[in-house]
Amino acid sequence: MSIESLRCKECGTACELDARYVCESCFGPLEVAYDHSSLDPAEAKRRIQAGSQGIWRYADFLPFEGRPGDPLEPGLTPLLRADRLAERLGIDAELWVKNDAANPTHSFKDRVVAVAVAKARELGFETVACASTGNLANALAAHAAAAGLGSYVFVPANLEEQKLLATGVYGTNLVGVRGNYDDVNRLCTQLAETRPWAFVNVNLRPYYAEGSKTLAYETVEQLGWELPDRVVCPIASGSLFTKVGHGFQEWLDLGLVDGEQPVFNGAQAQGCSPVATAFAAGWEICKPQRPETIAKSLAIGDPADGPYALEHARRTGGTIDAVSDEEIRDGIRLLAETTGIFTETAGGVTIGVLAKLAERGEIAAGERLVVYITGEGLKTLDATRDRFRMHEIDPDLDSFESEFRQAVTA
Amino acid sequence: MPITVKIPTQLRAATGGEAEIEASGSTVGEVLDAVFDAHGDLRERITQNGDLRRFVNVYVCGEDIRFREGLQTQIDEGDEVTILPAVAGG
Ligand SMILES: Cc1ncc(COP(=O)(O)O)c(C=O)c1O
Ligand SMILES: [Zn+2]
Repeated sequence: MSIESLRCKECGTACELDARYVCESCFGPLEVAYDHSSLDPAEAKRRIQAGSQGIWRYADFLPFEGRPGDPLEPGLTPLLRADRLAERLGIDAELWVKNDAANPTHSFKDRVVAVAVAKARELGFETVACASTGNLANALAAHAAAAGLGSYVFVPANLEEQKLLATGVYGTNLVGVRGNYDDVNRLCTQLAETRPWAFVNVNLRPYYAEGSKTLAYETVEQLGWELPDRVVCPIASGSLFTKVGHGFQEWLDLGLVDGEQPVFNGAQAQGCSPVATAFAAGWEICKPQRPETIAKSLAIGDPADGPYALEHARRTGGTIDAVSDEEIRDGIRLLAETTGIFTETAGGVTIGVLAKLAERGEIAAGERLVVYITGEGLKTLDATRDRFRMHEIDPDLDSFESEFRQAVTA
Repeated sequence: MPITVKIPTQLRAATGGEAEIEASGSTVGEVLDAVFDAHGDLRERITQNGDLRRFVNVYVCGEDIRFREGLQTQIDEGDEVTILPAVAGG
């Protein structure tokens, strides 16, 4: 058994492994602590390779004693070489795209929700809930349905229609809050005090966050048990960004992989860039912002893990950059044209930042680089509207020759 | 003038279990100081060198005080101050 306790990231106080997320001594965030002192790396690798075709192959590094049942297992998403994208960007790098849109509800959020819902069941909750910018809503509603749990999903009422539809279909209690994500988050923090619900990203957040480590583990395994030199990863609350780093570090410390922690480049939208702004200004904490961007999935103005994301980017020699809405649209288009992967606005942010890094000459020749595409383009269709035209013709050859060919050659 | 300060569950051990505390002052800082004077343990837990710790959020009538003047934010009769952990979401 390797799961030990919850521990405060600020002051180190240990507490019980139940539904809690705040240190009572200093109000800092809690994190799961493990005791891997008896782990044999070769044996651990064998256990992984003999495991399931998804995140539960990494159960030894997740907060459970054994492998919980999961009817909707996410993970083991494709890691694809993207040579044409590298070429278009003018970089001579070994560029890989981790396509995490290939999960049950089409975003990386299936990873964190699978872990949190399994923990909710273990702790005996009958109802799960979340405060979401959209993708978490889809994932929570689906995983609750698969597990036979009740669910409440709180989102900003002005979310993309696709994300609302892809949540409501699972039969959840969908609550649209008149406010932005930070308002939703505050409300859920208050609701979590009195409702007997497992809010996956409030009172179960220490467990939920662990799910993101599986993106790092998969990257290492899919690269043949090696590390990338650099990763580009989107930031909303900063949990994904820091936990991917944490996953690499764990395996480095335990001897499952050799090398160094990759350089971490964080990606935000200019219209909601509290972490990028703090990075540029040299601050250790973020100043909250009121989001105004098409990248709604990343529109968190008061990021809980902002300070840790800043620390991790600086420690690895990375950066945190922000791109405009136009650069986000361009990023979606560029990825689609060069890899056949259609990503949502968060992926547009990631590709936009990758293009910025390329332009600034920060990517060295021969570097091995992994970009995390965390969500699906069909969920943010408006971002591609009016970016191309359809040629309408009559169903005959003349019409094709005259109307289409002319339009195209003109 | 009395202002209601809402205490989150995680801090109620420091207030003898009380969820709401009445205090007076004309700014958020003054009100919180009055609360800390009555419950010294609370000062210890959520402040450091006279400032709020980095994972503490304070709201006046639902608005984060960092969008106003922080601890200098003026408060009026009947306003409600809410302290919440800043470690949720994502
Ligand atoms: C598609 C997508 N990518 C990335 C993120 C960022 O996640 P985090 O809040 O862990 O930084 C989100 C968050 O909602 C998301 O929906
Ligand atoms: Zn602590």
